[in-house]
Amino acid sequence: MLRFIFSRLLTFLPTFFGVTLIAFAFIRVLPGDPIIVMAGERGVTPERYQELITQFGFDRPVIVQYWDYLKGVLHGDLGHSFVTKKPVWDEFFTLFPATLELSLCAIVFATLLGLPAGVIAAVNRGKFFDRTLMSSALIGYSMPIFWWALLLIIVFSGWLGWTPVSGRISLMYYFDNPTGFMLWDALWSGQKGALWSAIHHLILPTIVLGTIPLAVIARQTRSAMLEVLSEDYIRTARAKGLAPFRVNGVHALRNALIPVITVIGLSVGTLLAGAILTETIFSWPGIGKWMVDSIFRRDYPVVQGGLVLIAVMVMIVNLTVDMLYGFINPKIRKR
Amino acid sequence: MPLLELRNLSVDFATASGPFRAVDGVDVSVDKGEILAIVGESGSGKSVSMLAMMGLLPWTATVTADVMNFDGKDLRQLSPKARRKIIGKDMAMIFQEPMSSLNPCFTAGYQIKEALRLHLGLDAKARQKRAVELFEMVGIPAPEERLKAFPHQLSGGMNQRVMIAMAIACNPKLLIADEPTTALDVTIQAQILDLLTGLQRDTGMALILITHDMGVVAETAERVSVQYAGQKVEEQPVADLFATPHHPYTSALLAALPERATERHLPTIPGVVPGQFDRPEGCLFSPRCKFADDRCRTVPPVPASADLGFARCHYPLSVSAEAEA
Repeated sequence: MLRFIFSRLLTFLPTFFGVTLIAFAFIRVLPGDPIIVMAGERGVTPERYQELITQFGFDRPVIVQYWDYLKGVLHGDLGHSFVTKKPVWDEFFTLFPATLELSLCAIVFATLLGLPAGVIAAVNRGKFFDRTLMSSALIGYSMPIFWWALLLIIVFSGWLGWTPVSGRISLMYYFDNPTGFMLWDALWSGQKGALWSAIHHLILPTIVLGTIPLAVIARQTRSAMLEVLSEDYIRTARAKGLAPFRVNGVHALRNALIPVITVIGLSVGTLLAGAILTETIFSWPGIGKWMVDSIFRRDYPVVQGGLVLIAVMVMIVNLTVDMLYGFINPKIRKR
Repeated sequence: MPLLELRNLSVDFATASGPFRAVDGVDVSVDKGEILAIVGESGSGKSVSMLAMMGLLPWTATVTADVMNFDGKDLRQLSPKARRKIIGKDMAMIFQEPMSSLNPCFTAGYQIKEALRLHLGLDAKARQKRAVELFEMVGIPAPEERLKAFPHQLSGGMNQRVMIAMAIACNPKLLIADEPTTALDVTIQAQILDLLTGLQRDTGMALILITHDMGVVAETAERVSVQYAGQKVEEQPVADLFATPHHPYTSALLAALPERATERHLPTIPGVVPGQFDRPEGCLFSPRCKFADDRCRTVPPVPASADLGFARCHYPLSVSAEAEA
């Protein structure tokens, strides 16, 4: 297992350097000058402009700038934000737990509903439940996320008043946020009702962010199950006299899980990087909103560092998924 | 009373292009401790009739029968739950492809113990003991090690032994072997057949052997039922069938055995088994039968008497196959 992890980590190296290069090049290709943006409407004198150019090192050749940046990254120094002057690393890890918490909740929500739904649909292929589920999955998959979020807010927050509109916790609660995970910190704060408030605030964003993964997982589970259900070993399991629940839920599902785990892993990756709309709508202080703001401000170090860190997170998720394959399917383990 | 009695068993499949009758009025009867062989080409409904009896067909299949009794119970009356108490316990089945018939995600031990827990309610220790004992019975060396192996770590012959061990785990009264040797090497085929007949002798269970290999039939079976295009066309004790086949199809099958060929070229039966869209009006074998006349082509024949092997033919043969060839 250690050897497996090590060999996977080796393949990450080229990906990692590729990401740093693309992140570095991408922000510089964008039109716009970070110094002009920073100066704002007041403008800046040519002398001061030259001074700043030298200060940020933009007068040196791009290759040299990249080399300096890479050296910093390898030492764990992602630079400081032009705007807030804080280290990118600190900013990222202040905001990342919020995104991670939301993404994990969304994927758990999507898996807990999508997996059983896909199994039941496959077992009852062509019947009412299957058709209903598959058409709702298609709707869920093709629905614009911002529209769906607004709809839920109008109904559940506006008309029914069941859920809060935005934020991570009610303003009535205040406590230190050492881990950045609101559910955890709220639980440990010991304040009455804090955990409940945090959960309350998570419900709508979780549903909104989890809708597309839910649809994808349900459809993928169904098609993987349909393929497995026609296998010879399913007939063997039934010939043993096993109850349908065991045949479908143990013998078939275990084999159908490989493509489903792949989809779940890919979804986590996209959620980490792509929760931007959901975070914006619910004023969720995560990295999605932070990245978008930084791009508008031409905050080079933040955009570069953010992209690299997000890429590393996605790589870690992929590694975890690869390791899970082995646990699920012994054939892969032996390779 | 026979252990298993099926009368007028029919299976229809709902297909996209309309209903298809895969099994058409088949009678099967097996006594305790008897070996029955069911012979026929691919597509003759051999496997489907047994799968129907086990209740293992997909939902697109409709099974009808006048009588479907096993061990004094009417299978048609049983709820699915009550039926699951019988299949895998008193009535077990092994299949053609050992490599794909075992679940790749679970060890051989897990899969065999699953049946032991379900039907016999043994505890973990007793399950392990019985599993080792079963692996020894089917001739698997180092059983403790093999119990921990996954199917892809075992050979095809070894997997078929695991399948057999699983099938006989709960001392079934009837074992159905659906072409158990087709996917195996010739040397392994003989071993598996010896194993099956040996187990049958030792345990006294009845054995239904589904095959298209007349050589296998001659070596193992006591009684033979020949199926063609979903119908039973003839049934006789094995010696009589080989000596005096009554149906032209049986006769042609026997003539196609290499050991019996007298000419340079091996005789074959021209054509293929009729499918969904080319079923003949009269006798189903008439398009391929060298004796067929107008009556054969228009009027479906009914089974003949017992001394003519219930041959489903207007003109049952009564000369010996040797003499005719």
